[in-house]
Amino acid sequence: MSNTTNIQLNSDNELEAGIDSISQPRFLKLAGLEPLVITPDSNFINIGERTNVAGSRRFLRLIKEEKYEEALEIARHQVEGGAQIIDINMDDGLIDGKQAMIRFLNLVMAEPDIARVPIMIDSSKWEIIEAGLQLVQGKCIVNSISLKEGEKEFIRQAKLIRLYGAAVIIMAFDEKGQADNFERRIEIAKRSYDILVNSVHFPPEDIIFDLNIFPVATGMDEHKQNSVDFIEATAWVRKNLPYCSVSGGVSNVSFSFRGNTPVREAMHSVFLYHAIQAGMNMGIVNPAILEVYDDIPKDLLDRVEDVILNRRDDATERLLDFAETVVGKARDNKADDSWRKDSLQERITRALVKGIDQYIVSDVEEARLAVVKPIEVIEGHLMTGMNVVGDLFGSGKMFLPQVVKSARVMKKAVAYLLPYIEEDKDNISQFAGKILMATVKGDVHDIGKNIVSVVLACNNYEIIDLGVMVPPEKIIQKAKEEQVDVIGLSGLITPSLDEMVHLAREMEREGFKIPLLIGGATTSKAHTAVKIDPQYSASVVHVNDASRAVTVLGDLLKKDSADNYKALVKTDYSSFREKFLSRGKQKEYLSLEDARNNKFHIDWDASDIVKPNNLGIEVIRDMDLQLLEEFIDWTPFFRSWDLHGKYPAILSDEIVGEQASELYDDARLMLKKIFEEKLLTAKAVFGLFCANSINDDDIEVLAHPVNTDTADKKEANTHLIFRTLRQQSKKRRGVPNIALADFIAPKETAIQDYIGCFCVSAGFGTNELAEEYEKNLDDYNAIMIKALADRLAEAFAEYLHKEVRKKAWGYAGKEHLSNENLIKEEYRGIRPAPGYPACPDHTEKLTIWELLDVDNAIGVKLTDNLAMFPAASVSGYYFAHPEARYFGLGKITADQIVDYAGRKEIDLSKARKWLAPNMADE
Amino acid sequence: MKKIQDILKQRIMILDGAMGTMLQRYKFTEEDFRGNRFKDWPFPLLGNNDLLTLTQPEAIAEVHRKYFEAGADIVETNTFSGTSIAMADYHMEDLVYELNYESAKIAKQVAKEFTKSEPNKPRFVAGSIGPTNKTASMSPDVNDPGFRAVSFETLRLAYKLQVEALLDGGVDILMVETIFDTLNAKAALFAIEEVKQARNIQTPVMVSGTITDASGRTLSGQTAEAFLISIAHIPLLSVGFNCALGAKQLVPHLDAIAVRTEAAISAHPNAGLPNAFGTYDQTPDQMAEQIKEYFDKGLVNIIGGCCGSTPEHITAIAELAKDYKPRKFIFSETAGVQL
Repeated sequence: MSNTTNIQLNSDNELEAGIDSISQPRFLKLAGLEPLVITPDSNFINIGERTNVAGSRRFLRLIKEEKYEEALEIARHQVEGGAQIIDINMDDGLIDGKQAMIRFLNLVMAEPDIARVPIMIDSSKWEIIEAGLQLVQGKCIVNSISLKEGEKEFIRQAKLIRLYGAAVIIMAFDEKGQADNFERRIEIAKRSYDILVNSVHFPPEDIIFDLNIFPVATGMDEHKQNSVDFIEATAWVRKNLPYCSVSGGVSNVSFSFRGNTPVREAMHSVFLYHAIQAGMNMGIVNPAILEVYDDIPKDLLDRVEDVILNRRDDATERLLDFAETVVGKARDNKADDSWRKDSLQERITRALVKGIDQYIVSDVEEARLAVVKPIEVIEGHLMTGMNVVGDLFGSGKMFLPQVVKSARVMKKAVAYLLPYIEEDKDNISQFAGKILMATVKGDVHDIGKNIVSVVLACNNYEIIDLGVMVPPEKIIQKAKEEQVDVIGLSGLITPSLDEMVHLAREMEREGFKIPLLIGGATTSKAHTAVKIDPQYSASVVHVNDASRAVTVLGDLLKKDSADNYKALVKTDYSSFREKFLSRGKQKEYLSLEDARNNKFHIDWDASDIVKPNNLGIEVIRDMDLQLLEEFIDWTPFFRSWDLHGKYPAILSDEIVGEQASELYDDARLMLKKIFEEKLLTAKAVFGLFCANSINDDDIEVLAHPVNTDTADKKEANTHLIFRTLRQQSKKRRGVPNIALADFIAPKETAIQDYIGCFCVSAGFGTNELAEEYEKNLDDYNAIMIKALADRLAEAFAEYLHKEVRKKAWGYAGKEHLSNENLIKEEYRGIRPAPGYPACPDHTEKLTIWELLDVDNAIGVKLTDNLAMFPAASVSGYYFAHPEARYFGLGKITADQIVDYAGRKEIDLSKARKWLAPNMADE
Repeated sequence: MKKIQDILKQRIMILDGAMGTMLQRYKFTEEDFRGNRFKDWPFPLLGNNDLLTLTQPEAIAEVHRKYFEAGADIVETNTFSGTSIAMADYHMEDLVYELNYESAKIAKQVAKEFTKSEPNKPRFVAGSIGPTNKTASMSPDVNDPGFRAVSFETLRLAYKLQVEALLDGGVDILMVETIFDTLNAKAALFAIEEVKQARNIQTPVMVSGTITDASGRTLSGQTAEAFLISIAHIPLLSVGFNCALGAKQLVPHLDAIAVRTEAAISAHPNAGLPNAFGTYDQTPDQMAEQIKEYFDKGLVNIIGGCCGSTPEHITAIAELAKDYKPRKFIFSETAGVQL
């Protein structure tokens, strides 16, 4: 254990035999929720610094504005992006650094995804450091202390750090100032080390030196030696001060080339390359501005190395001259074809990593001619490249859209080779596993499933994709025929959850033993653990993002570890289930009657009810898509590609910004094509009707005579009834139990009220286009078109709602809102959709379909499980009362389900089936 | 008297079993808890086991005696909730010093009697320092994850008072146990280190965490190894786990730390997992059978019982332990930090 502060072990103990077996090496050991042990074999430890007000302008702004939730996202991004430690710094003149440190650290500690890594508490103020040390349960790092204020203060702080159980960064700084040459660096390092180890009994492995990385190529002679001194001092420290570490902030070195990204990237890489060799084992590096050392063009590399290593007197001038030629090229790398001169393997790898398909066929042909069997090109050249892609993705250096592009190149290459491979009879391809993927019966959503398929295919899995609306019999049959290794199910609407449970039960009955993966927007670990896992004795794993799918499959299929992993997942789910079930019981519910007595009260006499200008139904047969562009909410679009962050900030995000911008450009290009070539058709139908609420929870609607141009003519004065559901969880005093019916005037008030409903679709043509792209082996654009159709449908719903508010209903004639405010729903009235939190019952769509005759009017159909087809469609109600608002129904109890089935005149079993996700455990 | 470190090198030492389980057998009523001294206390006192030290001292001494008779080398003081934070439930913050001091004295008195009659087997008293009923790194309010019900500073001061009183009462060891939040434990260790250095003493410290479920984490979310790393800055006699799990379920977590520390390893698991009524069914033989795996693997130096264990359990475990050698460990004599 590292607490033996005297380096010599107790002599009694040393004499004892067998002591070696427990004797612990002196490694720097840190901990968040999980351990981080840094050994001589560890790779360079990357410290994230975006949660540093000095390192990220965006973080500074968020902290100033006290937007801690968003600030937390930055921390999460860093950890997801591969930071092994996160540096947190709140030193800024305009914020109360101590309070900000306390607030932010407490929030970080509450997020297991972030708190799993060790924290680096960074401040120049001891008061802030100590406040931080009192909040962190794991072993953190203090950044930093130094001899600047003299030995006494240095020793006092070091002792306290020791008592709090942290490691420490020592700055090369003393009473005389900051070390700026080799001698001063080693003098201060040695003096600090001796004091810490001998007087404070600080364990040497808990000491990290920051030896000051200063800029080079500044034009001043005294700076020329800066990086060489750092590198040499690093080597000296690692050799002469046993067990300690060396860290530093790398971006300083290239400070004089701000604005010239290619040169900066190269300087960082070169500097790190040499510093790491000298023994620098951790540091703050922004992976976004780091070129791969081997990828630096030779002429640039030479000049940068001259500067970093101070190899010639005119090194700075030569790099400056060269930099001018690089700066212009910085942003059009695409035109840079110099890589075409590299070796064949390098070209193929680069094409895969960068997603360039321009030359892949000729490169693959060259490779084919060079090997004995064509299959060797796949197993050799292409897999070598894809492994690089997999590694970069796995370590957070590539993002999902890039991987999908890589897959496109891969598919093209494989397609070219296939005829040759088939000619060659005795080939056996070596896949890592065969995966059956399907969107379950009654569900048409497949963007997520397709992304997972692509990513898995990139990782050398063979994918059998059965598409959408796949009945369970077919999944079972195909799984047997193809002898797949894993089945992956996807679904977006709530009824799909039941389909998954059903399929698990069927797999059990058929004696399947292969793992079942569950994914899709409505799925959750809770549902998987509580409802699906108990049905199937083999493995069930909930996987909700593409990058995790790869590791989970690896764990499931790896021969030596699979059993262990499966057992772990089973235990995890069973304990999760127990906890979940016992928690559910504690929640209190009101009876339906009591809930109704606590309904949302509106003073109807004083209410501002506006009679719609046009009662009745209207149809838009061919919407001008271009009008919808400004209504697009881009944030969910990025989310569907696993890029998390708010638009437009995401475009300049430090980590995913570049990738998000590229994706956004591609999306805009595709949109332009959609508009110009009219690739998609958008249609809508909506109606406004007289309505009143009846019997507390129902809304009686006077179906207006249908317009003459639709086939189905209804009698005037026909009433249809929307059934709404009421919240039943016990609320705080004064908080109502809401149902949507509360927003419509009750019949007994004798006040005439109104309701609307609608269905829009922008999906006509999507599937054909996607199929076309798929045929051309272009999954990237196949997914893109679907994602954009979804966005256009949502934009259409937003647009139509605005038009209805301003014109057809007309209660908001003067409303002027920006798109941002529209997305924030800062307007009067709501448009809740069946199947979503306020009204989770999908069967209410049937009433909308009947009322608006949706199928005949615009051709949007409902599947068996009431998903809309085309998938890029939105339907819902319009409520206009100023107090109408969105809410989540939450869980409801059996009395309401019985009551609801009675009102709807459906079987209780049917009501239970559709409302299953909302049923409270009893 | 032989030092505990020397005995530990020779054999596996035995810690006592549950105090609460034994006290339940007395079926004390509210009046019994109050005794004469607190008969007019304005708040209910039933269930304040630490208070029995003052109102039913004979019962406490008797439990200690039974555990020593059963074969324990070390008993824990009746001070699991002896901090101003935990005692606030009964409005007894002001009694904290007395409760700890008297508990230590009672245990030490019994230990002395046994050591006197069996000088070859000296008996020790460990001052039990519980987790308190508040967590420093988790929010009790789901709507405000950044909220904390207790600060490091409040914990440190509360623990400091408990430690002072336990030492004044004569404990041989300080034992920070049932740690569900490592930050609470770090505050306790901070306080212990301060007191030890102010008094210039070398009282050995035992640390025992609690893995709360099968996921292998503490309540505050740390893995066993992360927990170990986070408390390793203080020189420890032993580190280990207790409570929440039965002997069998603790094995992987003891495995995880045994290869990563030079300190001695302790374990005092529950007598199995609780049944549907919250009580423990595991018999002494069943528990000993599971603990045999620790001995076979050479995992522990100090073994005892937590919830549900009784003197009969301890006898079964102590009998078994005689046939085994202790795990090797290194004890660091020098204190870590001089203030």
